[in-house]
Amino acid sequence: MDDLIAEFLTETAESLEVVDSELVKFEANPNERKTLDNIFRLVHTVKGTCGFLGLGRLEAVAHAGETLLGRFRDGKLEVNADAVTLVLHSIDRIKMILAGLETTGLEPDGDDHDLISQLEAMAEGREVAIDTVQAVSVPDRPIASDVAEAALVEVKAEVARTLRPGEVSEEELEAAFLAAEAPDWMSEPEPAPAPVAEAPKPAPAPTPVVETVASDLSSSLSALSAIAGGEDGAGIATTQSIRVSVDVLEGLMTLVSEMVLTRNQLLQISRNREDSAFATPLQRLSTLTGELQDSVMKTRMQPIGAAWKKLPRLVRDLSHELGKKIDLVMEGEGTELDRQVLELIRDPLTHMVRNSADHGLEPTQERIDLGKPANGTVRLSAFHEGGYIVIRISDNGRGLNTARIREKIVEKALATRAEVDGMNDQQIHRFIFAPGFSTAAKVTNLSGRGVGMDVVRTNIEQIGGQIDLNSIQGQGTTFTIKIPLTLAIVSALIVGAGGQKFAVPQTAVMELVRTGHNAEHKIEKIEQSLVLRLRNKLLPLVQLGPTLQLEAATQEDATFVMVIQVGERRYGLVVNDVLDTEEIVVKPLASILRDVDVFSGATILGDGSVVLILDPNAMSERAGNMLEEKAAEESEEVHADVQGQRVAMLLFKAGGGTPKAVELEHITRLEHIESSQIEIMEGRAALQYRGKLMPILTVSGHYHDLLEAQAQEGHIQPLLVFTGEGYAMGLAVDEIVDVVEDRLSIELSADRPGVRGTAVVSGRACEILDVDHYQLRGLAEHARRQNHATHDVAVEAA
Amino acid sequence: MSIRDYVTLRVGGQLFGVDAARVHDVFHPRGLTPVPLSRSEIAGVLNLRGRIVTAVCARRRLGLAPREEGAPEPLAIGLEVHGDSYGLVIDSVDEVLKLDDEKFHSPPGNLPPRWAEIIVGVCQLEKELLIVLDPHTLLDAAHLKAA
Repeated sequence: MDDLIAEFLTETAESLEVVDSELVKFEANPNERKTLDNIFRLVHTVKGTCGFLGLGRLEAVAHAGETLLGRFRDGKLEVNADAVTLVLHSIDRIKMILAGLETTGLEPDGDDHDLISQLEAMAEGREVAIDTVQAVSVPDRPIASDVAEAALVEVKAEVARTLRPGEVSEEELEAAFLAAEAPDWMSEPEPAPAPVAEAPKPAPAPTPVVETVASDLSSSLSALSAIAGGEDGAGIATTQSIRVSVDVLEGLMTLVSEMVLTRNQLLQISRNREDSAFATPLQRLSTLTGELQDSVMKTRMQPIGAAWKKLPRLVRDLSHELGKKIDLVMEGEGTELDRQVLELIRDPLTHMVRNSADHGLEPTQERIDLGKPANGTVRLSAFHEGGYIVIRISDNGRGLNTARIREKIVEKALATRAEVDGMNDQQIHRFIFAPGFSTAAKVTNLSGRGVGMDVVRTNIEQIGGQIDLNSIQGQGTTFTIKIPLTLAIVSALIVGAGGQKFAVPQTAVMELVRTGHNAEHKIEKIEQSLVLRLRNKLLPLVQLGPTLQLEAATQEDATFVMVIQVGERRYGLVVNDVLDTEEIVVKPLASILRDVDVFSGATILGDGSVVLILDPNAMSERAGNMLEEKAAEESEEVHADVQGQRVAMLLFKAGGGTPKAVELEHITRLEHIESSQIEIMEGRAALQYRGKLMPILTVSGHYHDLLEAQAQEGHIQPLLVFTGEGYAMGLAVDEIVDVVEDRLSIELSADRPGVRGTAVVSGRACEILDVDHYQLRGLAEHARRQNHATHDVAVEAA
Repeated sequence: MSIRDYVTLRVGGQLFGVDAARVHDVFHPRGLTPVPLSRSEIAGVLNLRGRIVTAVCARRRLGLAPREEGAPEPLAIGLEVHGDSYGLVIDSVDEVLKLDDEKFHSPPGNLPPRWAEIIVGVCQLEKELLIVLDPHTLLDAAHLKAA
């Protein structure tokens, strides 16, 4: 069944339920304006939607009903019992047609002239003999409010299906069924207009029918469970889902979070005890809790198709306005993501589809001249990959004009001529995401108003997503967007400032820099403003403690600067301590706290304490609008640097699969050590390295392979050693392959954390390591070690 | 006439009452995380059985003197307003009384506006006056701003 119709049925069934109860109120108190207004509005909505969906029969009935109600509303007509009966009849008729629509997907055949003419007659003030209007019996079409009710409806539908076609319709069965329970209510069950000529008389019919129903119950129930198990349930779509208020879901979420917390505490206790009687059931509980959390998260999910609903209309209108023939193809509408994320990507997606249709596709004549199909295609697809959803928007149009973009880059001084000449096409194309970059020669009604791809990029990055594109001249352009499935659980860095802990979403943190007495980097002052010299650039700084008006902490050595990127803005956030990384469940703040804009929410940590989550964007705004422009330029330069030049890359193998690569400049040393020197315990690994304990990380995140390697006599373990500001960490790899020099052009990937994407390095497809990810992990390890330091391990500059 | 249960409590020596149906629980506000840059009435946020509860200091909200040194540990009553969980931090909880709200007096005209708007009524008990609070306005962001 058409999705639109299915949705219409769901909504209308709800509306009609309301109408029913309202009509009863209306009859009791015919002059209550509010009730009348309510009914009028509902009927009006039904009529409007029917017209839109081309349901002529429904529309005609609804229209006549609406006209009559309009007369009541205007006070032109007295409301009397006859009138209410007539209105009720028309509502019943609507329900009957809807029931037919639901089973077959089409409006049932039939004639409503009798009803309509009576409605019209009454609207005109003529006398109407109500008795001649036959009440049609209709099955209730409730939106199942609980499982039992859903099951009941399912069963009824199932029974109807087992009957031979044309013998007794579902409506009839239903009528008889109801009549058996309440014969008075169904004084005159009449056949539905078209299909059934001879209705069974209510009196004798009930018992056998009820028996049939009863005997069929068990088989129907098994059929029902099959349907519930995911088998085809077309035609009963409205009972397959139930609407649950968001509050209930949020309540569930809270309960589950509480459970996760309790589980963590239990695990903590059990770890500290030798007695392991609890270990196995606890493990089971732990797994179940995790699964429960996943399931509850799933209830917040909605198909992405919900954000695409308006697009067919948009493309149709565009097609007319631009005189282009455009086909819109949508794939993977059922791909689900968190409703919150869905809301946030709706506008960027609309913008991009509009762009593709307007700028991407050639006019029809041009396409024909080029020997392309006359109809241009805009293709929208969505699928899951890892913890992300990937959305592609592609067109088979003219592709980006690389030469023009090159000119524009130089013209807008986004890069020098020499830099531009050194870039490949894809690197050039990426400049369309730069602020204020728009190549549209003419401003059309639809796009090219300067709000361009940079806004789209900012919006997507704000929810922790990424965007990339691929364009071939003459063949078309594809945009790839990768966004996290949910914003409800984010990974965050827990930092300390002013004696308090705060959480910072990790997506905003680009880099961590250690500053202080012994560190290489020092915070400097210009006037009152703090800056940090970082790779020959000046980074404006915001001090977290003072900005939050917390007491300034004593000048400790361990001070970190978190380099934060929000859209085009880059700044450093000075904190006293980086304590941990943690997956956190974001909870909104109470409304009484909404005016404190620097916090986007709060969360409960594993130890049960509540921390506030910083909003990096609001934070920088509060700290004053820092050298925004400058920061933007800087990041663009960095971008160009990385993309343009030849870079020395280390190729290696780790964790199986594709070979990995990392820029050589990130690596301090390569080491080969005996595996047995690595100490592995409690899911962590470390190595005595240059007199200090250095954490060892693996690409896979677990240490099975290391343990296996240790079992082999004299196994030599290659290590990549990274050092940051005052710490070192080692990444265990399987094999170091080569060092090559090549241009780095990273394609977006939706794989997993720790990988920036894939790139072709010296002819081989490699996964490019996300060094920041491992450095954050390494730093968190250090922090943990320092915090839990029972033995004195000084972790200073390696 | 409607008789309901009211939880009676003390803040700064004054006896107050809150409709018992509105009070979810009574707890010791422990492990408070202060919220920087928030209004002074906000005592902080805390974890109450996996739920984040915003603690509001009744003394500050009512413009009373802060608690004396060495006073017994304060209590909080759990309330829900607009779907958010709040803990109103008070000095102590007394008994639950059955009161007839038709016998409530409207707040006297000479009360400061900060008080007048959060009071449902005043009830004359034998020994003293009981002020019945409206938790809704007490914890409503808009009213708080205006106060």
